[in-house]
Amino acid sequence: MDTTAILFAVFSACTLVAALRVITARNPVHAVLYLVLSFFSAACLWMLLQAEFLAIALVLVYVGAVMVLFLFVVMMLDLHIDRSREGYWRHLPLAAVVGVAIALQLWLVLANGHWQFLQAPPSDPGHVGNTRALGILTFTEYLLPLQLAGAILLVAMVAAIALTLRRRADALRQSPGEQVRVRRADRVHMVSMPASAATPDAPPPAPAAPDAPPAKA
Amino acid sequence: MVSLSWYLFVGAVLFAISVIGIFLNRKNLIVLLMSIELMLLAVNTNFIAFSHFLGDLNGQVFVFFILTVAAAESAIGLAILVALFRNMNTINVDELDALKG
Repeated sequence: MDTTAILFAVFSACTLVAALRVITARNPVHAVLYLVLSFFSAACLWMLLQAEFLAIALVLVYVGAVMVLFLFVVMMLDLHIDRSREGYWRHLPLAAVVGVAIALQLWLVLANGHWQFLQAPPSDPGHVGNTRALGILTFTEYLLPLQLAGAILLVAMVAAIALTLRRRADALRQSPGEQVRVRRADRVHMVSMPASAATPDAPPPAPAAPDAPPAKA
Repeated sequence: MVSLSWYLFVGAVLFAISVIGIFLNRKNLIVLLMSIELMLLAVNTNFIAFSHFLGDLNGQVFVFFILTVAAAESAIGLAILVALFRNMNTINVDELDALKG
């Protein structure tokens, strides 16, 4: 029983117990916090597998950004926990059967496959470090998928903003399109008036000419 | 030395837990999303375990892309959730039946 095995046992136990608490916690905030613990333990497991870059990326991207987003949404919404909890355990037998069947199948197929000889990883003499090797692979062979992933993230960002952008009806704002489209005739009205041929007996002109529409500002 | 089977066992149990979570929390949309994240975590763990034991880095690149797509998915999912809550004032799955599916 070496150190790696002990660490593996601790981290995997943490991951699985936290995952169980995620799906059974009454309070969604607790569920998100257990999810953070689960992802963190899984990152430690990945570190044991010498995938340092992905472990750190999991902590930074998932625990740092996505989980905080979850926490933000859970705290922002006013959830009725009791109503969503009624009949909670009703489907447990079916769920347990399906879950155990899936776990057994996965484990039978994956763990008892023809790669039983893979007890230890192959040793590579020219080890350059996980991050560097992954970077070389990503920026040469997988350059186009990398750009596509970036495009997907951009589309997701635009979609998330467009979905949650709220237009208030009573907000006053400029409309640049309308301002650009405007013509001179919309703003200025030329009123043809006779030149000043005022006779002395004529009544003084009205202060505002009734037939001339007021010029729009 | 921990063998590949143990990592695959952890991945399989994690996947099964998240499937059970989808069954149990079928009314709570947020926990459904969290279960999907756990599923992706289990799949990624399998990918990384195989990548390590086969000495092939391509599996880790695949995990990288899965993480990207999963982040996009959860961002859009939560945005839909917020829009839904604004309009319907609930995220109970039973009450979201406007499509009469």
